[in-house]
Amino acid sequence: MSDSLIALEHPTELQHHFADMEQQKNTSTFGMWLFLGTEIMFFGGMFAAYLIYRRWYYNEFALGSRSINIWLGTINTMVLICSSLTVALGVRAAQMGKRKLLVTLLLITMVFGVAFLGIKGVEWYQKYEEHHVPGSSFNASDLVSVGQKYGIHINQAHSQIYFSLYFALTGLHALHMVVGLGIFTVLTYFAWKGKYTPEYHTPIEIGGLYWHFVDIVWIYLFPLLYLIDRKPFH
Amino acid sequence: MATAVVTTERENYINSEYGIRSWLLTTDHKRIALLYLLSITFFFFIGGFFALLIRLELLTPAGDLVQADTYNKLFTMHGQIMVFFFLIPSIPAVLGNFLVPMMIGAKDLAFPRINLLSWYLYIFGGCMMLHCIVTGGVDTGWTFYTPFSTAFTNTKVIEAGLSIFIVGFSSILTGLNFVVSIHRMRAPGLTWSRLPLFLWSIYATSIIFLLGTPVLAITLLLLIFERAFHLGIFDPTRGGDPLLFQHLFWFYSHPAVYIMILPAMGVVSEIIPCFSRKRVFGYSFVAMSSIAIAVFGFLVWAHHMFVAGISLYSALFFSILSYLVAVPSAVKVFNWTATMYKGSISFSTPMLYALGFIGLFTIGGLTGLFLAALGFDVHVTDTYFVIAHFHYIMVGGAVMGYLGGLHFWWPKISGRMYPEAWGRLAAAIVFIGFNLTFFPQFILGYMGMPRRYWQYPPEFQVLNVFSTAGSTILAVGYLLPMIYMLWSLRYGKIAGDNPWGAAGLEWKTASPPPTFNFDETPEVTWEAYNYDEIPMPEEVSLER
Amino acid sequence: MAEHEHILSARLYVIIWAVLMCLTVITAGVAFIDLGPFNTVVALVIATFKALLVVLIFMHVKYTSDRLTKTVILSALFWLMLLLGLSLMDYGTRHFV
Repeated sequence: MSDSLIALEHPTELQHHFADMEQQKNTSTFGMWLFLGTEIMFFGGMFAAYLIYRRWYYNEFALGSRSINIWLGTINTMVLICSSLTVALGVRAAQMGKRKLLVTLLLITMVFGVAFLGIKGVEWYQKYEEHHVPGSSFNASDLVSVGQKYGIHINQAHSQIYFSLYFALTGLHALHMVVGLGIFTVLTYFAWKGKYTPEYHTPIEIGGLYWHFVDIVWIYLFPLLYLIDRKPFH
Repeated sequence: MATAVVTTERENYINSEYGIRSWLLTTDHKRIALLYLLSITFFFFIGGFFALLIRLELLTPAGDLVQADTYNKLFTMHGQIMVFFFLIPSIPAVLGNFLVPMMIGAKDLAFPRINLLSWYLYIFGGCMMLHCIVTGGVDTGWTFYTPFSTAFTNTKVIEAGLSIFIVGFSSILTGLNFVVSIHRMRAPGLTWSRLPLFLWSIYATSIIFLLGTPVLAITLLLLIFERAFHLGIFDPTRGGDPLLFQHLFWFYSHPAVYIMILPAMGVVSEIIPCFSRKRVFGYSFVAMSSIAIAVFGFLVWAHHMFVAGISLYSALFFSILSYLVAVPSAVKVFNWTATMYKGSISFSTPMLYALGFIGLFTIGGLTGLFLAALGFDVHVTDTYFVIAHFHYIMVGGAVMGYLGGLHFWWPKISGRMYPEAWGRLAAAIVFIGFNLTFFPQFILGYMGMPRRYWQYPPEFQVLNVFSTAGSTILAVGYLLPMIYMLWSLRYGKIAGDNPWGAAGLEWKTASPPPTFNFDETPEVTWEAYNYDEIPMPEEVSLER
Repeated sequence: MAEHEHILSARLYVIIWAVLMCLTVITAGVAFIDLGPFNTVVALVIATFKALLVVLIFMHVKYTSDRLTKTVILSALFWLMLLLGLSLMDYGTRHFV
């Protein structure tokens, strides 16, 4: 089906149902933006759940938030920002036809991505050790004690809701990172093979858009999960 | 898989390649449309089978055909299959896939391989649902309300939820393809104001696919996690709010009903002008009303939750908006009627379905306004009144629109005419069977018969018997087109390019069309529905 | 709709990166200061500003002549607000009655 019947000369990357490369590029880009729009609604549903329970169970959310590692969270935020930089520079390299630079930047991006996931893994493990993973072994009595010290009543079931949303949100985000790494593996391979030129590098651009989106989701998750209430106790 | 053998030397999308691989690995939007046609028809009959079992049980007041738990499974499976595996994909995946590229004068959709992926996701989700059914099914109602679905039922909620999650991605991808194609791949001269109204409807439907379905996806994921890990998000004993589930669920599922009806409205907007030989009255109003329905449809979801425990102020807001959302639909009904006024009407099979649609959709829509009134809703919510209301729209509206569209475009799809006399007969049987099935349910609901009940007080029996009788007639009405359309593939009269003398780019190419739709990219210099310029078809296939 | 190839300077990208990194440090630091209810507001404002920088510069939205892209982004955000806002309307008014 992809063999064109047109006898005229045309770029090898031009799919048969498009009139020219410009239409193909605009169409692909538009498609990716629409997909990112759907992702906003996808994460948005969980943000709605988060919003409602944060209002209801503020104390449990606040103490739960304090129990996750703000240093690792901040470092991870910075890791992702660095990866967005390398992605943007990568697109630029593709625009200028610099193959080796493109491949290098794509690889560095993936290293940042893996680093992010590694740090996330460490954070999750910390939660596991503290018995803050929702399920049968959940135990928030440490948070109850903290609350008691300051006269705040903590309900363990409500704490579990905070941690459920924490894992659901960061888990879903991590899943998107994994998919992103898969996409970038493919892009790196084709970039190395020399497939992308200044005239045709749409996959790099739209792959980049996806990566930046995943970064933006984290930019919001960071304050919402880690910074609910870090004020000194009074 | 039988391919239709068209006795013509001209190459078309059906005979261009043979063999099962050429169908299962196709990226041709027309072949994908046919793949969907087969799968959707299959699920329609499965869903219909469950409906017949329900109606059989309800013949008698006592619960004597099946156990109560089984009955719960019957109405759940009926609902889930009909909603997610039939109604939502039906017109978009079959008629939309087939027609959108042709109507915009393109060779294919923007992303043909994603289109094929979309079908495979549908099949994967469908197989999972079938497996779920044969291994016990679900008994929560198609709405999966918590905490019953998460903490109490022993049925296969996770599997059912997953299957719908997968099928949801199928529809998101279809919607994405349509929106991108309509924006970026219209033929020269085809401005937005010259688009066929079917495309406006499909576009509006696709917006809902894109913005609503992801919320269903996340809701199902949360449901699955809740059930698997007892997190507490929806469980009141653990601090959760069951209403949160309902908010998230209905945020999608209400616009979903507009997904189900908008394409059918688009079909009607194509059929009415053709068989009235007149331009559409108020084209821009009809076009804008589709967008308005898509947008307003997102603002009314909590009218499914009036008695569930939402705040009164919230209920007031959603009630008012539910009244407003009826306005654009009414605009369409007025415009269709005005289109027919002083037109030259012919009662072809598609026209019969379109006329049936207008009447039945109006009844269904008006009863929706009854339900939007808070006081009245308290009385009839969760009764058969609601069931009658939505079946008038889903079946009297959407299914009749689907059948009308299938008949209207059948010559284009297959190159054959279906037998007109049988078509009209089946349409009449469907109309009669439908009304006999569902009108008594309005009365039953008003009298107080609750929905989802396996047995009922004896005073409701007479109306239930009428309803069941109607459903068997309706079943016959649905079987007939299956039979005669298959028959027509071999024995039907060969159709020309434009047997109806209809407007639209799809009628300017051969029936069945060549693989790339047009020999040359068309250039559009005329307005839509230029019926004052199109001659009546010579072969008057309406007189048979 | 043509999108002209804007090759932005590497310097611009690095500057934006530096701003994003600083904002991250600031947002983490401000969380330890007691601003009452404004802690949340400040955090979200900073997050939004960061997101804007990524969208406009890294994702090239500032440099595109394509209105459709901006429409898609704004529509999706608007719809998200509908979901959040109308749900909150219920939860926020439950205790009034």
